[in-house]
Amino acid sequence: MTQPSSSRFINIGERTNVTGSAAFKKLIMAGDYAAAVEVARQQVENGAQVIDVNMDEGLLDAVHAMTTFLKLIAAEPDIARVPVMIDSSKFEVIEAGLKCVSGKPIVNSISMKEGEEAFLHHARICMDYGAAVVVMAFDETGQADTKQRKVEICKRAYDLLVKEGFPPEDIIFDPNIFAVATGIEEHNNYGVDFIEAVKELRELCPHAHYSGGLSNLSFSFRGNEPVRRAMHSVFLYHAIPAGLDMAIVNAGQLDVYDQIDPALREACEDVILNRDPDATERLITLAESFKGKNVADEKAAEEWRGWAVEKRLEHALVKGIDAYVVEDTEEARQLANRPIEVIEGPLMDGMNVVGDLFGSGKMFLPQVVKSARVMKKAVAHLIPFIEAEKDLLPEEERKAKGKIIMATVKGDVHDIGKNIVGVVLQCNGYEVIDLGVMVPWPTILQSANDNKADMIGLSGLITPSLDEMVTVAEEMQRAGMTMPLLIGGATTSKVHTALKIDPAYDGPVIHVLDASRAVGVASKLLSDTQRDDYVAEVADEYTHVRDARAGKSASVLLSIEEARANFYDAFLSDKPAPPEQPGLHVFPDWDLAHLRDFIDWTPFFRAWELHGNYPAILTDEVVGETATQLFADANAMLDRLIAEKWLTARGVAGLWPCARDGDDVTIHLPETEEHVRLPFLRQQVKKSRDRANMCLADFIDPAGDWIGGFAVGIHGIDSHSARFQADKDDYSDILLKALADRFAEAFAEALHQHVRTTLWGYAPNEQLTNEALIKEEYRGIRPAPGYPACPDHSLKPILFDLLDAPANAGLTLTESFAMWPTAAVSGFYFGHPEAEYFGVARVGRDQLEDYAARRGVSVEQAERWLRPNLD
Amino acid sequence: MSKREQLLAAAKDRVLIFDGAFGTQIQLRKLSEEDYAGDLGLPADQKGNNDILALTRPDVLSDITRAYFEAGSDIVSTNTFSANRISQADYAAEGLVREINVASGKLARALADEYQAKDGRARFVAGAIGPTNKTLSLSPDVEDPGFREITFDYLVDVYLEQARALVEGGVDFILIETVFDTLNAKAGVMAVKKLERELGREVPVMISMTLTDLSGRNLSGHTVEAFWYAVRHAKPVTIGLNCSFGAEQLRPHVKVLSQIADTLLMIYPNAGLPNELGEYDELPDTTAGLVKDWADHGQVNILGGCCGSSPAHIAAIAKAVANSEPRVVPQPEPAMKLAGLEAFIAA
Repeated sequence: MTQPSSSRFINIGERTNVTGSAAFKKLIMAGDYAAAVEVARQQVENGAQVIDVNMDEGLLDAVHAMTTFLKLIAAEPDIARVPVMIDSSKFEVIEAGLKCVSGKPIVNSISMKEGEEAFLHHARICMDYGAAVVVMAFDETGQADTKQRKVEICKRAYDLLVKEGFPPEDIIFDPNIFAVATGIEEHNNYGVDFIEAVKELRELCPHAHYSGGLSNLSFSFRGNEPVRRAMHSVFLYHAIPAGLDMAIVNAGQLDVYDQIDPALREACEDVILNRDPDATERLITLAESFKGKNVADEKAAEEWRGWAVEKRLEHALVKGIDAYVVEDTEEARQLANRPIEVIEGPLMDGMNVVGDLFGSGKMFLPQVVKSARVMKKAVAHLIPFIEAEKDLLPEEERKAKGKIIMATVKGDVHDIGKNIVGVVLQCNGYEVIDLGVMVPWPTILQSANDNKADMIGLSGLITPSLDEMVTVAEEMQRAGMTMPLLIGGATTSKVHTALKIDPAYDGPVIHVLDASRAVGVASKLLSDTQRDDYVAEVADEYTHVRDARAGKSASVLLSIEEARANFYDAFLSDKPAPPEQPGLHVFPDWDLAHLRDFIDWTPFFRAWELHGNYPAILTDEVVGETATQLFADANAMLDRLIAEKWLTARGVAGLWPCARDGDDVTIHLPETEEHVRLPFLRQQVKKSRDRANMCLADFIDPAGDWIGGFAVGIHGIDSHSARFQADKDDYSDILLKALADRFAEAFAEALHQHVRTTLWGYAPNEQLTNEALIKEEYRGIRPAPGYPACPDHSLKPILFDLLDAPANAGLTLTESFAMWPTAAVSGFYFGHPEAEYFGVARVGRDQLEDYAARRGVSVEQAERWLRPNLD
Repeated sequence: MSKREQLLAAAKDRVLIFDGAFGTQIQLRKLSEEDYAGDLGLPADQKGNNDILALTRPDVLSDITRAYFEAGSDIVSTNTFSANRISQADYAAEGLVREINVASGKLARALADEYQAKDGRARFVAGAIGPTNKTLSLSPDVEDPGFREITFDYLVDVYLEQARALVEGGVDFILIETVFDTLNAKAGVMAVKKLERELGREVPVMISMTLTDLSGRNLSGHTVEAFWYAVRHAKPVTIGLNCSFGAEQLRPHVKVLSQIADTLLMIYPNAGLPNELGEYDELPDTTAGLVKDWADHGQVNILGGCCGSSPAHIAAIAKAVANSEPRVVPQPEPAMKLAGLEAFIAA
């Protein structure tokens, strides 16, 4: 999985540290550097974003060990791709390490232990090598233990460094995580001291970062891993919101906060937050009872297991049963002359049955995806055998029907639709090279050329992706390519493709409405007899779209002044009362079981290309059976993911005083006396009769009013998704992603209700069923940036800042303003009873220029942001 | 105004012009061993040691630099790509490193001053430091990936000797160019920092990376982004790309660097890719057309040429971008930007 290039909390791998890992120490002491390098590789594979290297061991020549190891990992691109943290208490080891590291590393650590002069001398050397530094909260008199000492020392160090010209963003403080629950009373507050110190320092030292070594914390529980892990997770849970942005941890060994046994979690919390003088005693008692547990599973034999192997494979493919596929495939392989014959014979026969059933509408996408899972597992089993004899094969037999490069374009992270199309194409014998998400155009073009692909398929969900697709088309044109370009994804359309993408590229450009069309399009494009006619037909169609568009001369636009004069005159004395609970409200872990009741199922079925409204769809004549099966699978997964707490729903909502200022809403942040401007767009299309030219600002009183904002996200999907992918289980993977999306929407709905009834409280007595909620029969709206009423995605950074969404909801934005993790929703709350959704639609040049000025950006910049709303 | 400030001021008004290749121009003159060796009495053949011409045929170098100024260059480089102890040892000329660099620096300085006096337009001299043929990040021995031919400290000394002599010769900037190994460049930066402390004043650096594959990485494996974050502490007055490929191939990487680098961007590509005979035959107007595209998109501040380029290429480029708006240097929000082979940004 691709991950965004920036992230809020950074995992620093700790296993390549002789003081922290006995296994690693043993390897280094024995001089087995090859095995030691593998430890580093595993760290990176397990998700360490930086790797800490420490060779401080009395019996070791640390300079030699450090430089040897760093030079060796420099030769391993899989490891060297991440930055290094050079960790030593001896500065000569650090400097020797700096001479071996080619990127920009972190030095861990320097401190004022030996006074200011030595500290600044070390800092200058780090600056000369271009390294970021960890500064330990340590001064001439010793290590800082209390909050006050931690803050004092770090602030003093910060001021000295900044004065010396050290970039503040390259300073990382380690305010010392000490052991708690040691039985010594003075140690009880160490956890709290750390967390509080970070919180205060974050205000005092702009741009600086905070780190800590977690393993100290649980030192008293050596040998009791479950308790140590629980303590670490609980500590992070409280320290991250306070500002801890990185920690040296064993990335593979952290528990999810909510999965910790509640009694243990409570006891850890009491200890770490020093809530109770008996906490240590209680945790020690409880710790005794924690040991690992095992899970067993079993398979049941069934009737079809007695059939011939070809029949069993077909049955497994059609029914999507993967339990026996590996053993059946192996059996078929032993019967066949060559492994490829298993694919060409029983497996392809089975898939043809699937294809026929799908083509004739007797099977539906969810089932096909399940079939593909079985096929993939079978093929994966055969590949090593095929590879082994590959050279013996004639070229023709290796050839797939066609080769298709697929990618979600740069800036976008949505991939459910793309994965579905990929699976469908693969089922039909096409080779799909899936480049993943956030793929820049050079990678797409190069991969297409390197693989001699027959066509490229681009996917995207958010509107800025439309622009990126145009860029890809332009670059293909520039590169002189001629292969067909397929366009798909929720915001794409035939009209956009015809107007913007097709003219940019001379090769065939085809908008593919949904997955079921993909095979038809691909087969026509690769057919010698049908290709030219088909391409010409589509080109004609697009020309027609363009002509129709040109002829229509679009709707008439008012000038922005005229549009403003025709604003929506809301009855302002109806405005909602001030909130019961203004300010920010953070929800670190909303109950998934509660959200389940808020799920809107209709879009879930639509994601699987099953059309119809829930619940009627379950009894639909055509798709009813499939929908029912899918619904059952979804509910089974829901049961499990809720019980086992796979996901965490994190969210934040804020309510702030504001006022309308023209088409802007200015938010007043009382704590900081800051004013934040939210510029909105106004409809400019000339309206019939007396309808207004709406703008969201119209629902706000210029004389003073209230507005809200929210951001919610569903976390924790990656490890499960990776597990499914490793298991070749696209069905479960897509199911999980689709459910995560539903949870995000459900969370937005539930949170909005909580805001209306409690936090803002303008509708305390609201009693609505889920159906009524889905139909939005409540007072107030929650428009989202990037959607019709507020089409500019670039408002998201402002909203995220207001909410501190990265810290409070764990959400980040890509350069195209897509939210990460993908299952996320954000928006504004308007409480006026007349507030309603509308579409801004087309805006004129005058509003564009005015908007650019209001946003304080160049017209070109604003043009990029608003392109979908411009001519 | 310091030289850094003068360059920044000039770059505000228009796209500035760097020079083109020395090597290609020297080859055209078909010099003999006697031309190269002069009466230095070195114990090895000197033919091909282009840098030594500063001592034996300074007139050739003067002619070439003069031709670049005539073509419109605002900045010229010294002919000192290999004038370091490691490379000169191949010609038994390592004892002449200081002399070569001082002479080359003086020669370029005198011409720059002459042209500036003529029309009042500022001219600059960049003291060129090549990468040497040794690498700090890679092992030349496939059996022993941890082996290195030279140490960081040794390379710092080598660079320091050359940089000190170039500054003595009167150059305005130290140009660490054709960086195939990012760690070599960091050694170059360290050398200049030491020199600054010796002299008690700023010696601004220019840094130019060279790509070894089309995906945009150099030989040590760094992406363009990672490279920038790895050398940004040098506060270089320019960052950029040169050599390896023609403008066509550099285009996507120029765009990336242009968006992230908060300093001037200098690009000097080869004149296309070499043909079957290893010759560069991209015509001046073709090169100029390609680089103009960057200028028109506000992606560059300084343009020049590398292998295969000639005064005609430089003149064509100067003409093509005479009216182009220079790139506006972006001012990114402060964030900790780390680098392995790939960039990692801590928000």
